[in-house]
Amino acid sequence: MSAQVSGHPVPVGGIRQAWNDGLVVTWRNLKRIPRIPELAIFAILQSIMFVLLFAFVFGGAIMLPGYTDPNAYREYLMPGIFVQTLAFASATTAIGFAEDSKKGIIDRFRSLPMANSAVLSGRTVADVVYNMGILVVLMVSGLAVGWGVNSSIPEFLAGVGLLLLFTFAMSWIGVWLGLSVPSVEVAQQVSFIVIFPITFVSNAFVPIASLPTWLQPIAEWNPVSTLTAATRELFGNPNPFATDNLPSQEPILVTLMWIVVIVAVFAPLGVRKYRQTSK
Amino acid sequence: MSVITAEGLVKIYKSRKSEVRALDGLDLTVEQGTVLGLLGPNGAGKTTTVRILATLLRPDAGKATVAGFDVVRQAQQLRSVIGLSGQYAAVDENLTGAENLWMFGRLYQLPSAEAKRRAGDLLEQFDLVDAKDRTIKTYSGGMRRRLDLASALIGRPQLLFLDEPTTGLDPRSRMGMWEVIRSLVRDGTTLLLTTQYLEEADALADTIAVVDHGRIIARGTADELKSQVGGERIEVVVRNKADLALAGEILVRDTQHELSVDEHTRRLTVPSEGGAGRLVVIARDLLDANIEIDDIGLRRPTLDDVFLTLTGRPVEEVDAAVGAAKDAGTSRGKAA
Repeated sequence: MSAQVSGHPVPVGGIRQAWNDGLVVTWRNLKRIPRIPELAIFAILQSIMFVLLFAFVFGGAIMLPGYTDPNAYREYLMPGIFVQTLAFASATTAIGFAEDSKKGIIDRFRSLPMANSAVLSGRTVADVVYNMGILVVLMVSGLAVGWGVNSSIPEFLAGVGLLLLFTFAMSWIGVWLGLSVPSVEVAQQVSFIVIFPITFVSNAFVPIASLPTWLQPIAEWNPVSTLTAATRELFGNPNPFATDNLPSQEPILVTLMWIVVIVAVFAPLGVRKYRQTSK
Repeated sequence: MSVITAEGLVKIYKSRKSEVRALDGLDLTVEQGTVLGLLGPNGAGKTTTVRILATLLRPDAGKATVAGFDVVRQAQQLRSVIGLSGQYAAVDENLTGAENLWMFGRLYQLPSAEAKRRAGDLLEQFDLVDAKDRTIKTYSGGMRRRLDLASALIGRPQLLFLDEPTTGLDPRSRMGMWEVIRSLVRDGTTLLLTTQYLEEADALADTIAVVDHGRIIARGTADELKSQVGGERIEVVVRNKADLALAGEILVRDTQHELSVDEHTRRLTVPSEGGAGRLVVIARDLLDANIEIDDIGLRRPTLDDVFLTLTGRPVEEVDAAVGAAKDAGTSRGKAA
């Protein structure tokens, strides 16, 4: 063997390499945000528009059952909008991956002596950071239309933490999806078709009691519902959703369970898909 | 010693309707410090070969080692001694040239400072210093390819794969890439290069392996391959059909070779060893015979000629059949 080999950096392997490589890829994905400012600007405008539309179009018409305060619905609604917006993190991730595959940079990564997980974790972490920014915009808009936090600071932070963990989990679904679809357009459509109903068959916009009886158990166990209920509880917003079932009684616990299950299923699937990907 | 050894590589792309054997028992060796040109039409199996050797695909059968590492079992170690530059410039559009190189250097496990230093050297070497702080979006095609090549070199690979490095480039950028590749070769880089152009293989490779239907069908230096096709030919297009017979006689007399005639295009082709000197003689003889000429020239063998001679059929046929099946199919390779 030639002398070059001995002087060559050998992959250190293990968690440290996964961490370092993951950070490099995260950096790369975050750089994209200021370089394509249009994307962030439109995402911000869309978030503001959503809050305003729901608050003023539905906000005035819907009276939250059991509440006399007309503002109750807006307070009720905002956590639903947070969760719906963050659920679309999987779409952001899927589209990002589909773009990378198309441009061949995934192939370059796969030919490098880097940790297998780094391209994926770097993407999901960057998407969480990105969505954190979106969440801030949503919250500020929410404050402007009458939403507020009526709990303690630790509870508020716990709520934000839960929202971000959920974003992280959804992002792993996006990893698998983005690597499974043939093009950016398909990634976009599939995400929309899957996520849209999931966010609507839930308590995000209307109380579950108003849904048809056969749909209620599905909506009740839906992670979007459990997270929305958990967020309302932690933010001290109206949360009129109480049956004796586990998701209603322990929304935080059930949400954490969902997050673990989603990551446990989709992270290995994503890594496997990544190693197989070939253009 | 051999840096690459591949034995009996098989890769099958399956789709619902068809099955394509992209590689069908391909054997290959590349010696340390040499340049091997893998020459063949689209769909012959060149890219598949590179992808297997670069650990992006798993072979369905056969085995291969690169720098002593098995492409399947020791993929991770193997990756640290190779550089891959493909026909699609695989760099990040939203990063600058310097950022791209730093990132790939880090992912080659170089320390940050060394990655930065190495990036600076490569930007200079590839004439990209002025563009280093611009995002790749603003780069021309040739600049992208150069940066892509620089990215492949950032980890000082022992072996470099170049998959069709100049496909799609304009002639000037192509010459620029050749210059860059030549300087790498002078520095002793071991190189596996795939190309559709005999000219390119001729200019850059020590040894050329011709690939067809997923196998190596011929191997040798450019001169050896060309001599298999009969070397140079002289081509003459006469103005008037009536002159074909007389022109043919002159060509046969001057070259002592068998003539082929296309009456429809009024084209006469004859093998010739005499180079430009013989061409001048023929041109004078044709003029002396008062034959009007539309075109006359010395033609070197092309890939088509090599291919036609080796396989008995033109390049395009292979192209269409394999391309269609490959588009429809997906890889069924197992995870590496």
